[in-house]
Amino acid sequence: MAGEIPNLAESKLTALVVDDNLVNQMMHHKLLDRLGIRNDVVCNGQEAVDAHCSGRNYDLILMDMEMPIMNGIQATKRLREMGIESKIAGVTTRAEEEERKEFMEAGLNDFQEKPLTISKLVSILHNLDFYVQT
Amino acid sequence: MNNVVAQLQRQFHDYLVSLYQQGFLDNQFSELRKLQDDGTPDFVAEVVSLFFEDCSKLINTMSRSLERPENVDFKQVDSGVHQLKGSSSSVGARRVKNVCISFKECCDVQNREGCIRCLQQVDYEYKMLKTKLQDLFNLEQQILQAGGTIPQVDIN
Repeated sequence: MAGEIPNLAESKLTALVVDDNLVNQMMHHKLLDRLGIRNDVVCNGQEAVDAHCSGRNYDLILMDMEMPIMNGIQATKRLREMGIESKIAGVTTRAEEEERKEFMEAGLNDFQEKPLTISKLVSILHNLDFYVQT
Repeated sequence: MNNVVAQLQRQFHDYLVSLYQQGFLDNQFSELRKLQDDGTPDFVAEVVSLFFEDCSKLINTMSRSLERPENVDFKQVDSGVHQLKGSSSSVGARRVKNVCISFKECCDVQNREGCIRCLQQVDYEYKMLKTKLQDLFNLEQQILQAGGTIPQVDIN
């Protein structure tokens, strides 16, 4: 898909970026924006849970693993316990097999290694049936 | 005018390529540039500016944690290195990221001297990159002011 960025604005998808790193927040927010996906950003797992408790819901959650207060594994488990059925994609630099397994078992639908790129995000969207690559 | 623009564009191209060749940047920087569009023409500059602020804060925090030999908070240092590795990786700051890899190893074995050396190295590398990217952004501005467009640069 060299040079081609799909526009998913018509699908009206929404996403939540969960990451404590400001640079990553900015990058992931922009990545989603460029694909036409409206998105919010929070700084840790607790804020992600709070957002859902306040009634917000998203099609996709991009969940970092290591965060203060509540990490990605804890937040994913908590969201699933709350009955949240959004697709959750774990995104982390920690890619050792054991850690990845633990993160997946918390309730993820997909996993991508950071740093995120357009291709990796499109891959997530494809894997989660939000986008059909042609 | 066209000659001036062409010359500036050539300069920009060559300078950016040299930053990749010298290992200051990796492909993630190209990914960052792809995200910039007409609606957010300063996106790259804003992200790297945030990155450099992040570097400065984290380095200060880690420096304080490493100050007293009898009381080093390696957990705090490790957390700082993790953050720095994450953001340097996201913007394509290759040399900074590589120092962070060594830095993490020193943290893992609680090697204070090694950590201090890595801290000094990371400080040097981010400041060097900051200067280089400022020169790059200045070239961009000159191109735009001369009525030209910023060239796409294929580093593969």
